[in-house]
Formats: sequence, structure tokens, C-alpha cells
Amino acid sequence: MVDVDLSALKEEAGEAPAAPSKTKIAVKNLDLYYGDFHALHSINMDMPENKITAYIGPSGCGKSTLLRTLNRMNDLVEGCRIEGEVILDGENMYARGTDVNRLRKRVGMVFQKPNPFPMTVYDNIAFGPRTHGVKDKATLDEIVETALRKAAIFDEVKDCLKKSALQLSGGQQQRLCIARALAVEPEVLLMDEATSALDPISTGRIEELATELKKDYTVIMVTHNMQQAARVSDMCAFFLLGDLVEFDETQVLFSHPKEKRTEDYITGRFG
Amino acid sequence: MKSIKETIAKVLFTAAAGISILAVALICIFLFASGLPAIGEIGVLDFLGGTTWRPAADQYGILPMIIGSVYATIGALIIGIPIGLFAAVYLSRFASPRVKRILTPGVELLAGIPSVIYGFFGLVVLVPLIREVFNVQGMSLLAASIILGIMILPTIITVARNAIDAVPDSYYEGALALGADHERSVFRVLVPAATSGIMAGVVLGVGRAIGETMAVVMIAGNQAVIPDSILDGVRTLTTNIVLEMGYAADLHREALIATAVVLFVFVLIINIVFAVLNGRSKR
Amino acid sequence: MSDTAKATVAAPRKPHRKTSSIILNALVHLAIFLTVAVLLIVVGYILIMGIPNLRPELFAFEYNSDNVSMFPSLVDTLLAVLLTLVIAVPLGVMAAIFLVEYTTRGNKFVKIVRLTAETLAGIPSIVYGLFGMLFFVVFLGWGLSLLAGCLTLAIMVLPTVMRTTEEALRAVPDSYREGSFGLGAGRLRTVLSVVLPPAMPGILGGIILSIGRIVGESAALIFTAGSVASIPDSVFGSVRTMSVHMYVLASEGLHIDATYATAVVLLVIVLLINALASFVAKRLTRNEE
Repeated sequence: MVDVDLSALKEEAGEAPAAPSKTKIAVKNLDLYYGDFHALHSINMDMPENKITAYIGPSGCGKSTLLRTLNRMNDLVEGCRIEGEVILDGENMYARGTDVNRLRKRVGMVFQKPNPFPMTVYDNIAFGPRTHGVKDKATLDEIVETALRKAAIFDEVKDCLKKSALQLSGGQQQRLCIARALAVEPEVLLMDEATSALDPISTGRIEELATELKKDYTVIMVTHNMQQAARVSDMCAFFLLGDLVEFDETQVLFSHPKEKRTEDYITGRFG
Repeated sequence: MKSIKETIAKVLFTAAAGISILAVALICIFLFASGLPAIGEIGVLDFLGGTTWRPAADQYGILPMIIGSVYATIGALIIGIPIGLFAAVYLSRFASPRVKRILTPGVELLAGIPSVIYGFFGLVVLVPLIREVFNVQGMSLLAASIILGIMILPTIITVARNAIDAVPDSYYEGALALGADHERSVFRVLVPAATSGIMAGVVLGVGRAIGETMAVVMIAGNQAVIPDSILDGVRTLTTNIVLEMGYAADLHREALIATAVVLFVFVLIINIVFAVLNGRSKR
Repeated sequence: MSDTAKATVAAPRKPHRKTSSIILNALVHLAIFLTVAVLLIVVGYILIMGIPNLRPELFAFEYNSDNVSMFPSLVDTLLAVLLTLVIAVPLGVMAAIFLVEYTTRGNKFVKIVRLTAETLAGIPSIVYGLFGMLFFVVFLGWGLSLLAGCLTLAIMVLPTVMRTTEEALRAVPDSYREGSFGLGAGRLRTVLSVVLPPAMPGILGGIILSIGRIVGESAALIFTAGSVASIPDSVFGSVRTMSVHMYVLASEGLHIDATYATAVVLLVIVLLINALASFVAKRLTRNEE
């Protein structure tokens, strides 16, 4: 068994409101192909609002691929074909006429490797709001500060807003990227192994941050680190070879997996 | 609203990319439309195979110019290839990083010096030198070959050097490990491995030499006669055009354009050879 | 076997060298010596012969056949560089953006664009000159003019601008593009605000390379821009750039001193452009580190 303090998890679960939360994103019969390769097999899942949903599974299982369908980043991949629906607040985002840019504003994304633009800290954060039409300097200043505060990095960078973002440390860069994503006021935040390139201390900070953020946002994260999924997520989905094997509340999935394959994975028999 | 902007941008970018297609099409149309009828009128054989170029008598044989271009290019290669190849080997495998840092811009400068300066240098230094040494007029195939050899040097050096640089170090180390010394390892292993890249450089050099005009016109003598020796004057396809275009009219003018068509076809063949070699060296 | 062992033990002694290796070594050094010598002789000779001949009247505002002033040609060269770049740079950069940011693999149109750009890169300048004469000067009826010359030059340097810009755009990491798309930015905004700025030094390098070619060009200009040594009133006036001026002087052979002096000025311009180019290249590699 994974080194998880299950009692603490259960305690927390007990405090949680009994009423099931509203579904933010629903995936319906989703199949995804890269050319001839069938990467995701008819996935069905409902991700609740204001919760952290974690995707786990061995590399190549399709978890990142699925995450990237949730804001249509896979559109950029040549030869990628999608069947089925992804429903955000009742609307299929793959329907004809969907404004992909507006969709990505609503569903923000943080990437595996911190990818600040080669601009100043300020311009990095302001990029999104400017893209969506905010021109007023005072408004921008306020958005930048709020976003940096929410990403718990304001105090560290408040004196170097006009310096290049590339000078920040890896952990700071990643929080900057989170702030950058928050600055466009998304409803959902996708985190694609956002801590895998970071040291343990930075990782801890970002986990804390994720827990903080779920009050206002729906967070969906991909992680290769089961302990991380157990520590921070409310819901957890296990993928294997393009199949969604099991999707449940995190504490249930880790303590009483229904599937043999899930149990094998979380007890470390493969992966 | 935003998508209109995007659409306009995409159309603009696509149109810009289409400019090069348009340019090549226009060049072909305008050259061939004026040149091909002239070739027809003169007769393909009389034009390409004729040895007399005498516009006043309506005789338009460009064989002397074709041969002139070929001779001058061969002369340039005889000078340019050995020096270029060995210099490329030096820059790739013999020079220290410090020396490389100094010499690389030097080679680039050699490439950047305008043709007219090379031509002028040939005119005031090389031609008198040849005149003194061989007791001839001086403006000659030899002078043209030497200057062209110098002009294609940077092309060959740069391309060959990149090709040799691209050979994996493991080849060189493998040769050393077998007991070969540095020179042997470089010339028996690295240089052969870089052959297609080096050939690509040579072909590019051929293209430059055959297309060069202004440097050659100043030093080659420009007699429209097949030269008997390297000390005779020579006229190339390019110089034929630049010498007479200023005053030519009617069929004469069209014959000059037809000369450009021949040159253009030569260059297309060279380009195709280069593309094939380049593709091979990348693989 | 034992020989090898001995050689290893006797480390201080130089290993036995084959005659062929000694010859190859000598040839390699001879080749680079000759290359450097040619460069130094050409540049040195022009400078030594030309600098003493740099007299003030060579920079007189008006050209006449007595003073053979190069001043109008200097201005004409500057005008030709500016006008050509104004035409070629936007087109080349936009074409490169299309090739890198807007296309999918295996696209037929892209293949033809690449093929034609490579063809353009190989066409000799005299052929460009003839084409420019036939199309811009005669067919469009612009006469020998700055505009006809610059459009001809623009087609000539277009492949250079395209190639260098393409390389610079490809060097921009995809993570920047992803980051921008992930924030809901469209393709145009991504290209203009995120991809283009870090590619600027590379594009600048291509522009400098193009300037070098424009300044050095003569064959493509004689039959398109002509050789009138004066500053034109409009883009339809004939001009004489420095290289053409140099050619005219050298082939007339009447003002040999002035020709040397003109060569010096032309050479110094080229030297400056090259220095600028390697400076930009150095900045570029430093940025990558």
C-alpha cells in the first residue's frame, strides 16, 4: 500500500458536505486517435466543480492526452482526431462554431515544464488579459497583482515585475505560469504534471496552492506521483493503456479499489 | 470579429509565401517568351553549336561562350576545390577555438566582398602580373579562373566545413583507437564521411562561378572566340549579356536573352544536383 | 602487439609519423594560409592604394565627370537598401511565418513554395537583371528606375530573408506557443507577441546579410536601375549605387585614383556590415546559452 495517511483522508471526507457537487466538465464517449493509433478508448467521466480531480497512471496511459482534450490543446497536434463529447457547463466544446480561444480562456492550463514567455514578469501575467481586450493600465496592474497573490508568488516578485521572467527559479517560474493562467480568470485550471520538473519544496508550495485554488476554481491535474494524488485530490481517475480503469473519490480509490488493475498499480506492482 | 483578423492574416501570409512562386513563374515566362522565339529563328543548332558570334552579320553562335563559361568554371574549381577543402578541414579539425573565432568571420568577409572589387583587384593586380610573367595581353581565362577560384572559396569552405563538423566525433575517435594518427583519421574517415556535403559545397561553388558576371567582365578579355590557351581572352555566357545588352536591338537583343535562358537552364540543373546532394548529406 | 605497448610506455617520444600525414598536415596549413593571405592582400591592397586618394571632391554633392564624386552613389545605395528592405523584409518574414506557423506537413503548396525559393536563391544576378529589365523596365514601363532596381533586388534577397526567418522561428520553443494558446490567444496574437520577439535577432541577421548583398550587387542593377549618378527625385528616377559606380569607373579606366578611393569606401561599408553581422550572431549564440 502507498504511504498515505488514510485516517486523515477519511476525517476530511467526513467533514465534506454530503450533497454531491455540480458537474463542471463531463466527458462522454470520448475516443481519440493519433493517426491510426487509438489513444483513448471511449472515456466517460464527470468532474465536479470546486474539487481537485487527479489523473494517475503509468506514462503513455493517455492521462495527459485526455487533459489536453479538455481545452482542445490537442487541436494543435497534427493527425489528432476526436470522437465523442466534452461538455463544459452543459455545452459540448467540440460542437461546431465553438470559439476555441474563449474556451481556453475559461479552461486554463499549466504545463509540465514551466514555460514563461521571454518577457518581463509583468508582461507575462498581463499577456492573457491584454489578449482578451484589457487595455487600461490601472486595471492591468490590479489583475497582475491579484493573480500573483493568488499564486502565492507576489511577495517574491513584487520588486522585480519589470525584470525578465526567465531569471526566476524553476519553482517561481511555475507559480508565475499559474498566476498567468489565473489572470484570465478561468473557471477550470488544468495542471499537466505541473510539479514534475520541480524540487520538493516548490512542489509542496504548488500542492498547497492547488488546495487553496479549488475554492474558486475546478482543478484537474495529471500527476505521475501517487502520493501527490492522494495528498491533494478529491477525485481520482486511474488510466491504463488508453482506458479509464477506475474513477472514484480519492480516498475510496486508494483504500478500496474496485479493480484489480488499480490495486496492482497503487501497490506498486507496475508503473 | 477576431476570426476576421485571423483570416485576413492567414490570407496575407499565404499570399506572401506565394510571391516566390509568382516570381519564378514570371522570370520563366519573360525569359522564355523573349528567348525561345529567338532560338527558333536562329536555329537551335546554329545557336548552341555555332562558333561565330557576329551580331552585325546576324550570326549568333554561343558555343564560344558556353565553352568559355565551362572553362572558367573548371579553372575556378581547380583553384577553389583543393584550397577550399583543405582550409575547411583546417577550420573543422585543426584550428583551436580561438583561431576559429578569428578566421570564421574572415571567411565570411571573403564571401561579402562585392564582385566589382574582386574584378577591380584582378584588373589592377592580376592582369598586369600575368602580362609581365607570360608576356601576353593579360586579360585572360587564367585571370578569370583565379579570381573566380577566390570568389568560390568561401562557399566551398563554409559548406564543406559544416559537412565535416557534422560527422560524429565517434568516427574520429574510432579511427584514433585503431592507431591512426590525427591526419589519417581526418582524411580517411571524416572527409569521406562528409563527401556528399563537400560535393554540395562544390556544386554551390559551380553555381556561383557560372553565374558571376561583373568580376569576369573586367578581367577576361571578352573575345567571343573559343580560347586556345589559358592565356587567351575568353567570353562567358554572363559577360556576353552584360557587354552587349546596353545597345542591342531586335534579334540581337533576343539572342542575348536566349543566352540568359541557356544560363538559366544550366543553373536549374546545378540546383537540382545540389538539392539531391544536400538531401543525401542530411540523411 | 608489443610495439603498441612500447609506444605507450615511451610516452614523451613523439610517435612515428607517416610521410603522408606530414604532407597532409602541410597542405592543410598551406590552404588556410593561402585563404587568409588572399583576404589580407585584397583588403590590404585596396586600403593602401585607396586611402591616400580619398579627396574631399570625391564627396561633392553633385557628380560630374571631373570630380567623379561618389556622394550621389552613397545616397543612392542607401535609398536602394532601404527601399529593397521595405519590400523584401515584410514579404519574406510573412512568407516564413506562413511556412512555420500556418502549415501542416506534406502540404503541396508548401513544397512548391520551398522549391521556388530554392530556385530563386540559385539564379545568377545577371539573369535577375535581365528579368527586371524585361518586366519592370519595359513591360510595366517604369524605365530605368530606383523602383525597378529595388523590386529586382527584393526578389533576389527574398529567399535569404525567408530562410533566415524560418530558421529563427523554428528555433523558438514550442512551449511558448503552447503557453500562449493555453491562455486563449489566437494564432495571430501568438505569432506576433510570443514567437516573433525571440526570433528577432535571427531575422535581423538575415536582414544584415541581405544588406550586404544589396550593397555588393551590380549586375542586377545596371539594366534595371541604370547608372545615372544623381539623387533621384522619385522612385522612378535612375540611380547608380556604389557597386555600379565602382564598375563604371573601373571600366572607363579614366580615373584610376578615384576608383581606388571608391573601392575603399565600398569595402569599408562591406566590412562594417560584416562586423555588424558577426556581432548579431554572437549575441544570438549568447542568448541561446
